[in-house]
Amino acid sequence: MNSEIDDLTISQIRTLLQRKELSSLELTKHYLENISSAEQLNAYSFIAKDYAISLAIEADKKISNNDVEDLCGVPFGIKDIFCTKGFPTQAASKILDGFLPEYDSTVTEKLSKAGSIMLGKTNMDEFAMGSSNETSFYGSAINPWITETNEKLVPGGSSGGSAVAVSASLCAASIGTDTGGSIRQPASFTGIVGLKPTYGRCSRYGIIAFASSLDQAGPMTKSVRDAAIVLKTISGHDSKDSTSARVSVPDFEESIGESIRGKTIGVPIDYTTDGMSPEILKLLENGKKVLTDSGARLVDVALPHTKYSLSTYYVIAPAEASSNLARYDGVKYGFRAKIAPEENLNDLYEKTRSEGFGDEVKRRLLIGAFVLSAGFYDAYYLKAQKVRALVKQDFDNLFSNGVDALLTPTTPTAAFPLGKKNQMSPLEMYLNDIFTVPTNLAGLPAISVPSGLDSNKLPLGLQLIGRPWEEGFILNLGNIIEENLRPKQKLKKWWV
Amino acid sequence: MSIDYDVALKIAKLSRLKLTKVQTDKIVAELSEVLHFVQKLDEVDTSSVSPMNMVIPIEPKQRPDNVDDGNYREKILKNAPSAKEGFFSVPKVVE
Repeated sequence: MNSEIDDLTISQIRTLLQRKELSSLELTKHYLENISSAEQLNAYSFIAKDYAISLAIEADKKISNNDVEDLCGVPFGIKDIFCTKGFPTQAASKILDGFLPEYDSTVTEKLSKAGSIMLGKTNMDEFAMGSSNETSFYGSAINPWITETNEKLVPGGSSGGSAVAVSASLCAASIGTDTGGSIRQPASFTGIVGLKPTYGRCSRYGIIAFASSLDQAGPMTKSVRDAAIVLKTISGHDSKDSTSARVSVPDFEESIGESIRGKTIGVPIDYTTDGMSPEILKLLENGKKVLTDSGARLVDVALPHTKYSLSTYYVIAPAEASSNLARYDGVKYGFRAKIAPEENLNDLYEKTRSEGFGDEVKRRLLIGAFVLSAGFYDAYYLKAQKVRALVKQDFDNLFSNGVDALLTPTTPTAAFPLGKKNQMSPLEMYLNDIFTVPTNLAGLPAISVPSGLDSNKLPLGLQLIGRPWEEGFILNLGNIIEENLRPKQKLKKWWV
Repeated sequence: MSIDYDVALKIAKLSRLKLTKVQTDKIVAELSEVLHFVQKLDEVDTSSVSPMNMVIPIEPKQRPDNVDDGNYREKILKNAPSAKEGFFSVPKVVE
């Protein structure tokens, strides 16, 4: 059974638990063992071993009484950005060293109420700022996929640890957050499914804020169906988040398997320019063929402002970050720098922030302060907010002209080698998010599904973008892609 | 646009970050590259466009003004690096 547990999806676990062919305790112990033999992947920043075992025992009791919630007994990894009462939460930053939240985020509270088990907190880029997990104060998480010459690769970011945890079977599923691609890009790099819901679908309460108008929590799972199951649990209006929407939460799983005959899927021509590699073009062609064979109509569409997405994003996200991260001052929580007796409060702020934040975070705080500062606000921040309206309008136009969803690659390349970041400028690193950022700017739901391997046998993902609140439809499309294109190749456990 | 050393120092001060000379030089180069990239937005005619305020329009709802939260002083201070007599403690700010 043991190696079989590794491959189990939530939907399979659900059945086995209900039939009492597997206990939550067995399952939880299995993942905990996997975690302890995978230390070098650095997926978890904190392991809640005793807590997880006690929850598993409780879950098994409920199951034996046939009192079962949706995710009863299912073990999860939780990104270090979610406040978890009494458990370390520091968004992979030194500046939150020692922080123990007194409350739970709404998303993790919903997961607990649904009976799931938290195995621990997963590694990430510091404050979710990064595309390789290399900006983490805990050190980078490592991709379980490896090149044929045994070169180690980044898992992507910022939800790198959550992606590694699912890919290497260190949990049944995990939760990430996505501000510019932070769920979808690492999902693509590690061969798993990652979904960013519509902005407002999941409460942001208790999630350490990076860029509030872009941040959304979402599932990272072994299968598309699992993403549907988890999304249903974590969605819904929350009075503690004024941007969470009062919209009904459908059973997303029911959308899977519906006919897509006659549906129109757009393929943005603007995404296929600028020297896209033949491998990625092939991936896209395969995706188009699968959806066409299922009865959808594939059309080329234009998103004329999409080429300005990254520029827009790198004004708006740092601006919001510089405001959100102003709260870290060494007074209220976390790390406080030592100051000399003659130094004052301002020295305390400056020293705490200079010693507590890493380089990438500082860079973005400075960009943010610049674009918001007097004399530059109109030219940068206000301009970006206007272009953002145009980026969204492009999508709105397509949707109102009968396009039901869009198909794109998730990333321009497969996972890159660990340490390559040091040979890249910050800007080159930012280009990783070129296909994922536009949907955050427009608030749309999008999913990345494993759809092939590149010439180095590394996973690649296709992205489906939907209308607001139509996660069910892209999950259905994702399921079709998954059934037809998902690589069969299994990971070799080189880290054990 | 590229930024110069003095602008870098000014925004560092606004951000309450202390930068060494070497760090400042590096930041000047990196930020200039990013700002040059961002400059691309100038190509877009936005003369008749309103800035986006809310990506998915959500009508803000009013609620009765009842006190349903608060009295967490102990809980809040638990995470403070330094607290005394029910307050956050900081270096002397008044002579």
